[in-house]
Amino acid sequence: MKRQSIPRVAAKLLIPYILLYAFYVQWHGDYGPGGGFQAGVIFAAGVILYAIVFDLRACQRALSPRIIHLLMPLGLLLYIGVGVAAMLKGGTFLNYSVLEHDPVHGQHLGILLVELGVGTTVAGVMISIFYSFGETVRS
Amino acid sequence: MADVLGLYNYWVVIVLMMTGFYIVVARDNLIKKIIGLSIFQTSVFLLFITVGKVEGGTAPILAEGFDVYSNPLPGVLILTAIVVGVATTAVALGLVVRINEEYGTIEEGEIHVQDVEA
Amino acid sequence: MEEHLPVLVVLVPMLAAPLCLLLRHRTAVTGFAIAVAWLTFAISVLLLLRVLDQGVISYELGGWPPPWGIEYRIDLLNAFVLILVAGIGAIVATWSPASISVELPRYERHYLFYTAYLLCLTGLLGITATGDLFNVFVFLEISALSSYVLISMGQDRRALTSAYQYLIMGTLGATFILIGIGLLYIMTGTLNMADMAVQLEGVRDTRTVLVAFGFFVVGISVKMALFPLHLWLPNAYAYAPSVVTAFLAATATKVSVYILLRFFFTVFGHEFAFGSMRLWVFLMPLALIGIVTASLVAIFQNNIKRMLAYSSVAQIGYMVLGISFASVNGLTGGIVHLFNHGLMKCALFLAMGCIVMRCGSVHIDEMRGLGRRMPWTMAAFVAAGLSLIGVPLTVGFISKWYLVLAALEQGLWPVAALVLLSSLLAAVYVWRVVEVAYFHEPRAVDGEGAITDAPLSLLLPMWALVIAIFYFGISTEATAGIARMAAESLLGTSP
Repeated sequence: MKRQSIPRVAAKLLIPYILLYAFYVQWHGDYGPGGGFQAGVIFAAGVILYAIVFDLRACQRALSPRIIHLLMPLGLLLYIGVGVAAMLKGGTFLNYSVLEHDPVHGQHLGILLVELGVGTTVAGVMISIFYSFGETVRS
Repeated sequence: MADVLGLYNYWVVIVLMMTGFYIVVARDNLIKKIIGLSIFQTSVFLLFITVGKVEGGTAPILAEGFDVYSNPLPGVLILTAIVVGVATTAVALGLVVRINEEYGTIEEGEIHVQDVEA
Repeated sequence: MEEHLPVLVVLVPMLAAPLCLLLRHRTAVTGFAIAVAWLTFAISVLLLLRVLDQGVISYELGGWPPPWGIEYRIDLLNAFVLILVAGIGAIVATWSPASISVELPRYERHYLFYTAYLLCLTGLLGITATGDLFNVFVFLEISALSSYVLISMGQDRRALTSAYQYLIMGTLGATFILIGIGLLYIMTGTLNMADMAVQLEGVRDTRTVLVAFGFFVVGISVKMALFPLHLWLPNAYAYAPSVVTAFLAATATKVSVYILLRFFFTVFGHEFAFGSMRLWVFLMPLALIGIVTASLVAIFQNNIKRMLAYSSVAQIGYMVLGISFASVNGLTGGIVHLFNHGLMKCALFLAMGCIVMRCGSVHIDEMRGLGRRMPWTMAAFVAAGLSLIGVPLTVGFISKWYLVLAALEQGLWPVAALVLLSSLLAAVYVWRVVEVAYFHEPRAVDGEGAITDAPLSLLLPMWALVIAIFYFGISTEATAGIARMAAESLLGTSP
């Protein structure tokens, strides 16, 4: 598809904005619609658009499958790590209020870290699903 | 009568639910079954979300000048349920890809014939 | 650390699963997974001891008190089921390495197997530990999705279609459960099970709540494989890898029975379920038909794993029969059978796994003369089979005793007779295997292709279960005592 100019030019223009929008949605989930899952899916959509227009192999050269397979467990470990940190600091599991010097900052930090973990895992999973389906079709 | 029309969200839920369920049961193609399952799950999500709306309430995000908010809990419950639905669809599609590799078909009737012969 | 035990029992396998995904080396992952499984079992034992000491334990997640936050609420019934699930998880994990080296040929993918196994364990433990209805749905789907993946790893290509069929039926069941939870949330405004029992006071007779009840019960019956919604079970258990069948047969349906118990007795109260709704009119016949027809179908199966799968459907019927009596003896029978059947079926499927490893097939013709070639394996099979029939000194006898007692208490002589008749049916299908294994000549292959007994790493966990079958059949204070206390607290006849 990279020989057809319309998808190629449109993708080149849109993909940076899609990825930027994903980051916007990721960090603005606490005071507006958004959060980890939505951001992860939008990020993956940007990467998948690249893979569709410019061929899966080019995409895998940019974002190697090894990195993606590493992102998936790391996000989940971040989420559980925040919960365990709260337990170690004296609260119950996932009690964000004890993470910082006062509860409001603690809640803020806790939810941001947790949503980052969710976004990382979701983006990793979506891209990884596309990679594995794309590879079977070819072989 | 106005009550029945005012409850239109439940009618939409029922129509989608029955459509999805019928597709799962009545269609042989494995991908069509997954689509039916997805429609069925979507109807349930609509049921949850539409009852969260409070009349005259705004979106459940703290803002100046508003004191009636819609219920935020159904929204986040459904976010979790949507993720579950996406994961289920992904596993199902992965299984269908493998079934296609092993059997050469994704029609349930043909798969059954191949299994019975074996 | 002790106050964090309720969440640790779910957290430890949940933390270990992504670590397995990162740690690719096959031996390291195997050792790590086995260690984690035993650690989880230790935590569940500590939890039971704590509950026996202190009564109901409540743990608030996130520091939010119930009903605003998610609460993990451990009482005797919970702790009992947690020990079963964690114990089976640990024993099957110890048993697994030799078996999957034969049944899952791609060694570099074994870390994925253990990741899915630990996730399934997390899901099942989470369902049991939590006190929040939506949390039950989330963990139910976690355990279900990982079990679809585990089942599809079987060598026969029919494992894929069985996993797909289980996926469709299981997701329909889970969505029905979600509809039930949603309608109940609409009527009561809460998701916490203990709080919902309070909030249901005024609205118990409204049509919405009745419909929610119906949806939930049908959904959980699909997951539980109650006749006639059991159609996914025989194929899924027959074609999955032996490890997976052993694990799921002993845990997945039992946890669904636990959810049913919670829903009937803790959320709704037994006067509603069995008084005004007269649910026993619907549950008892289905349970009895399930017991008899599944046992009859099991007799005619040539694939032994399929035979044991149909036997599992029959045993679920016993548990539901115990619940439908709604008396202390009936519930004790149902709850203790939950534990006992887990032990028995796990031992039987582990024996099948040993046979698959040595003979390559579970067709009954392949089992000729195995009593002589694989003495320890077949002895374990016979012992667990005796327990399935309900011979005294085994755990199976204890459950049947309570069920017959509950039936006679309510004057239901035909039901007691059917329970005893079905034991005869179980004797028929167990005897089929015993006859072929001990009274037929083994295949005349000696030297290189000779069949020897399973290796020690497979025999030891299996025999640990067999010893447990006899131990808990003789000294019943632990299992039946706890089951009786749990039954009394469910029926509200004890504080």
